[in-house]
Amino acid sequence: MSSCCTPATIEVGASQRIAGKIQTVALVGPPNSGKSTLFNRLTGLRQKVANYPGVTVEQHYGKLSGIDRGDLTLIDLPGIYSLNTHSEDARVAVDVLHGRMPGAPAPDAVLLVLDSLHLQRQLMLAAPILALGLPTLVLLNMSDLMETRGGEVDTLALARELGVPVAKISATRGTGLDAIKHFLDKKSEQVAIATPRLELPVVGNPRSYRQWATGISTRTKYKAPISSEWTRKLDSILLGRVTGPLLFLAVVFGVFQVVFSVGLPISNALQTFLNHAGDKVGLFLGHGWFESLLIDGVWKGVAAVLVFLPQILLLFLFVGILEDSGYLARAALIADRVMRAIGLNGKAFIPLLSAYACAVPAIMATRTIENKRDRFATILVTPFMTCSARLPIYMLMIAAFIPNKPLLGEFFGLQAAVMLSLYVLGFVAALATARLLKSSILKASSAPFILELPQYRVPTLRSLGLRLYDRGKVFVQQAGTVILCVMIVLWVLSHIPFHTDLPQSIIGHIGQWIEPIIKPLGFNWKIGIGLLSSVVAREVIVGTLGTLYGTDPATQSLNLQAALRHDLTLGGAMALVVFFAFAMQCTSTLAIVRRETNSWKWPALQFAYMSVLAYCAALATNVLISHFF
Amino acid sequence: MALSELKIGRSAVVEGLRLPDEVQHHLMHMGFMPEARVRAVRRAPTGDPTVYAVDGMEVALRKDTARWISVREFEDELR
Repeated sequence: MSSCCTPATIEVGASQRIAGKIQTVALVGPPNSGKSTLFNRLTGLRQKVANYPGVTVEQHYGKLSGIDRGDLTLIDLPGIYSLNTHSEDARVAVDVLHGRMPGAPAPDAVLLVLDSLHLQRQLMLAAPILALGLPTLVLLNMSDLMETRGGEVDTLALARELGVPVAKISATRGTGLDAIKHFLDKKSEQVAIATPRLELPVVGNPRSYRQWATGISTRTKYKAPISSEWTRKLDSILLGRVTGPLLFLAVVFGVFQVVFSVGLPISNALQTFLNHAGDKVGLFLGHGWFESLLIDGVWKGVAAVLVFLPQILLLFLFVGILEDSGYLARAALIADRVMRAIGLNGKAFIPLLSAYACAVPAIMATRTIENKRDRFATILVTPFMTCSARLPIYMLMIAAFIPNKPLLGEFFGLQAAVMLSLYVLGFVAALATARLLKSSILKASSAPFILELPQYRVPTLRSLGLRLYDRGKVFVQQAGTVILCVMIVLWVLSHIPFHTDLPQSIIGHIGQWIEPIIKPLGFNWKIGIGLLSSVVAREVIVGTLGTLYGTDPATQSLNLQAALRHDLTLGGAMALVVFFAFAMQCTSTLAIVRRETNSWKWPALQFAYMSVLAYCAALATNVLISHFF
Repeated sequence: MALSELKIGRSAVVEGLRLPDEVQHHLMHMGFMPEARVRAVRRAPTGDPTVYAVDGMEVALRKDTARWISVREFEDELR
């Protein structure tokens, strides 16, 4: 049953803009039709793909090496419903398509990707795209799903109606792709024979587009597949009046419990292994400054960060499942009421949830929010969401200071509860700040909420595996580069002047100089150095503490958790995690906010606001805990 | 009647939209077109927004958007 590709029956496009060779090909299509999945197939690259509309928010380039046409450039574009744009991501797509995007080559051929499960509606986009007059190949994606669900369409008739070749493909499975190669090979050598014979509807009028699309879908005997029965069944539970919110909370709880019950033992085992490895190598090196630099300085620092890899991968696995299954759009629907109360739109909830992994892509994802003021408010509050870079310091402090007493039976312990409260704290800070912004400097009338709900899909192992692999690589690379460098600098600064104790070294002096500022929070000078170094990235603090306590003779023999207990009170420890919940310690986030808001004003405001809030909240935490415990 | 008044499980035919041009355009491209058939599928757990099936897709709209879409309810439900 592999009738996947239909050879082009009509060789000629509507008309060719330039006769001659094509160099740049654009992927165009409605949101969530599978363009990025196809892009990854055709180029061998790994752009983010997921199951909700609006994953791709800017153009991506790649060489078409997946089908042996490495000489051609493929552009992946954000999804569009029409060429009239109302959001930032759609504007990008239309600008690139018209060749108006500075620095982007104007495409000279188009691959129009349509979701064959909803062909009739998706065909509406074909009209304005064909009117561009570029050589076009129409790709009916997810045709395998359409056929198994009893849908059908006469592709030959469709090609005749549209005046351009049509092929059935499945981007996820990689079938039918040879039709694309065939099309591109033909177009590359062919001289334009202009025979525009196409009757296109009146440009810009959705009603005429619709009539046109309906006519075509009738004439090509399109039979829509029966909509997936289990999407509806799942929705009646996941969006149920009682079960919906309950399951939503259960998902959140479950994530924390698994990160703790599965992640922590793996992470501890990794820690033991890394420490042993360090000790073994240390024996080889003998005692000397080199051993001290390598083991106490660099290794202890880098290992302190690396041990959190299992937890971070688990978190990414969960976010990946949520994004790929189609649940994220439902979560936005459930949250719309809450989001409306603070003056935002349910759509803003999607970037906020993705920010649990990392704020940088989440801030990019706000481009799908139509209203500019809503979008800015969302950008400004996104860094409050607990990203994975906060996980190491949270885990370290909680494991060191909070006993793991069971709260709700075996299922939910005190440690997981403290962790969950930190996540809630960040979320509440985000909502409260958004409310503040929306009732002051970013006031605007409420924008309509229009959200397309994708059908549920079982996430593929391949897609999840690739996400984890890529994320793990980034984390390990960061530990091997940025963190390694910070650790070397720290070690050097903590050993100059030579043969002095840590408090008399340069680092000791810097630390003691800032100590009076942070003393009220319950922090000592080592934590202060940690805070300074974590301005680079949040997880660096764990490495810094690893190095500082590893270098200090008083705590050298202890593991990091014991060393921290030796030095900090419960109040100070909790103040530290609260500080991290609020503070903006991430240069990449500041850079992306600057880029997306096109001004230094917003990131500066954000940095100042979050720092002040972090300081005050940490102070309050320390005072309260020291008072009551 | 307004689309927002359509009961869950009932179908209707869209008669017209009275919304700002930009929003209206967007909705039409999502299938809310005069003469299109719409069905109210379910409400969100909080009672609003409501999920509507149109053109084989499910689209969620808030009450304050749906009330500006006028519809004609089917008299005798076929299914």
